[in-house]
Amino acid sequence: MTDRLPGFSTLAVHAGAQPDPTTGARATPIYQTTSFVFNDADHAASLFGLQAFGNIYTRIGNPTQAVLEERIAALEGGTAALAVASGHAAQVVVLQQLLMPGDEFIAARKLYGGSINQFSHAFKSFGWNVVWADPDDAGSFERAVTPHTKAIFIESIANPAGSITDIEAIAAVARKAGVPLIVDNTLATPYLIRPIDHGADIVVHSLTKFLGGHGNSLGGVIVDAGTFDWSKDNKYPMLSEPRPEYHGIRIQETFGNFAFAIACRVLGLRDLGPAISPFNAFMILTGIETLPLRMAKHCENARAVAEFLSGHPAVAAVNYSGLAGNPYNNLARKYAPKGAGAVFTFSLKGGYEAGVNLVSNLKLFSHLANVGDTRSLVIHPASTTHSQLDDAAKVKSGAAPDVVRLSIGIEDKEDLIADLEQALGA
Amino acid sequence: MNHDNYDDNYIRGILNNVKSIAMVGASPVNVRPSYFAFKYLAQRGYDMIPVNPGHVGKNLLDKPFVASLADIGRPVDMVDIFRNSTHIMPVVEEALRLDPLPKVIWMQLGARDDAAAARAEAAGIKVVMNRCPKIEYGRLSSEISWMGVNSRTLSSKRAPMPTQGMRLSLNRTSVGGGETAASDRAAKNKTDVT
Repeated sequence: MTDRLPGFSTLAVHAGAQPDPTTGARATPIYQTTSFVFNDADHAASLFGLQAFGNIYTRIGNPTQAVLEERIAALEGGTAALAVASGHAAQVVVLQQLLMPGDEFIAARKLYGGSINQFSHAFKSFGWNVVWADPDDAGSFERAVTPHTKAIFIESIANPAGSITDIEAIAAVARKAGVPLIVDNTLATPYLIRPIDHGADIVVHSLTKFLGGHGNSLGGVIVDAGTFDWSKDNKYPMLSEPRPEYHGIRIQETFGNFAFAIACRVLGLRDLGPAISPFNAFMILTGIETLPLRMAKHCENARAVAEFLSGHPAVAAVNYSGLAGNPYNNLARKYAPKGAGAVFTFSLKGGYEAGVNLVSNLKLFSHLANVGDTRSLVIHPASTTHSQLDDAAKVKSGAAPDVVRLSIGIEDKEDLIADLEQALGA
Repeated sequence: MNHDNYDDNYIRGILNNVKSIAMVGASPVNVRPSYFAFKYLAQRGYDMIPVNPGHVGKNLLDKPFVASLADIGRPVDMVDIFRNSTHIMPVVEEALRLDPLPKVIWMQLGARDDAAAARAEAAGIKVVMNRCPKIEYGRLSSEISWMGVNSRTLSSKRAPMPTQGMRLSLNRTSVGGGETAASDRAAKNKTDVT
């Protein structure tokens, strides 16, 4: 006997949430509290010893946050999730469980500029060494594997140009190397791509973007696929060895296929501290309820704008993988059949100066450093998000000086096209 | 029974119907997974019996250890085996000598012995392998959701406030558990490599 299984849109509204036990409130309450009382000394000891399910302190977990975590785990098809203060915090917490000083991880060269900086500079000071590889060539990841490699990191839809990564090809490299594949799924969201279905072991997001969707709240999340055996060859002592912080508990042995999410919470979040605020968790949760509707509209508008730009005489090239003829179009059809996302770049025949003029002439598009808002956004990556890279790295990461990046919102597409048309002609 | 992928209704039926659970390999050491599971299941109202010949004469949460299943001296509904896969068969053989037979034999997370499972099933006993009853109870009741774990269930009913000894409703709508669910793939992968 098998029940009917709820679909994606049902999960986006319901997963993780249940009417409040005391008041019956149907919307998830904002549990704006730092701490939670214990029933008695034994209950307190059980919670601190990880023996019981429950709440202690909002730096470790919070009921509003827990609903957000379960909802994203359900949408991604993972076993568990941990929400944190930002996408950057998610990356620190993930790698802290996997790398010791002197270890390496391999990362795709095409990433959000902030991630490139974090990996190159901040993580270097922890002794976590990034080795760059080309996301368009899985072989470059394989050649970069050494005995010190502990993880592989890619974006499903890569910033800034919206190119699509062949997740399965790189997952095969990770499996062969015996290391987990971490996929940043921020630009796709699970509505467009579910990386776990293609072999990802860990998924991270900046919730600030399409999942929250309204440009009002920062957040990040880590999703545990439950697919990786952390105890196989002693490479991941945070998960396989007795933890002195918890009187000798072995995390994987105790928590099974959601051990990684628990390690991130009780070893990472607890000790590093980047907790998400309950209010932000609530705002993002509310955003996720309309994720399927918004993503469909984002993608529909993005395609229309990309098609318009492709036919405009002032435009040199449009990098939108949803367009036929784009080098990533086959991968987009395979991995993101519902739409190729809403973030892409284009370049102008007039070069850098024409790009700067366009940005200043736009009236509806907002010039700012974010993506995945209801509002349409525009930025010149070379002078902003990717400005700290040298010129060669800018070109390699898809942020050449003549490139303009758009994040298409959910306004009427005719209005977006009219705004671009007046700005290009001005 | 497909032991790679259990239907939620199968697990739900077992956890709703058993009342007494003999835990073979229960540990009095409070950082061991068996201690966690024993304590949780006792809190949820199950009649728990610790079985471990190395600890006879001691108590686990006020329940006296017995050396073997035969020493329990009364019928038990379920035998929960906290031993490695290589130590499963002798426990199953011991369980098959009980009169009356237990209704369920449950092998803990990481433990799987298909030959032992086949023998138990031939005697009419339900078998669960490579799962934890604490995790499954927490998942189907959604109590585990406090930890950000995907319960793979939904409910529009008011959530309970668990108290000591309280049994929780496991009657929620199941979301997944098919072949594509990551947890089931993971369990299978782990079985494949050992």
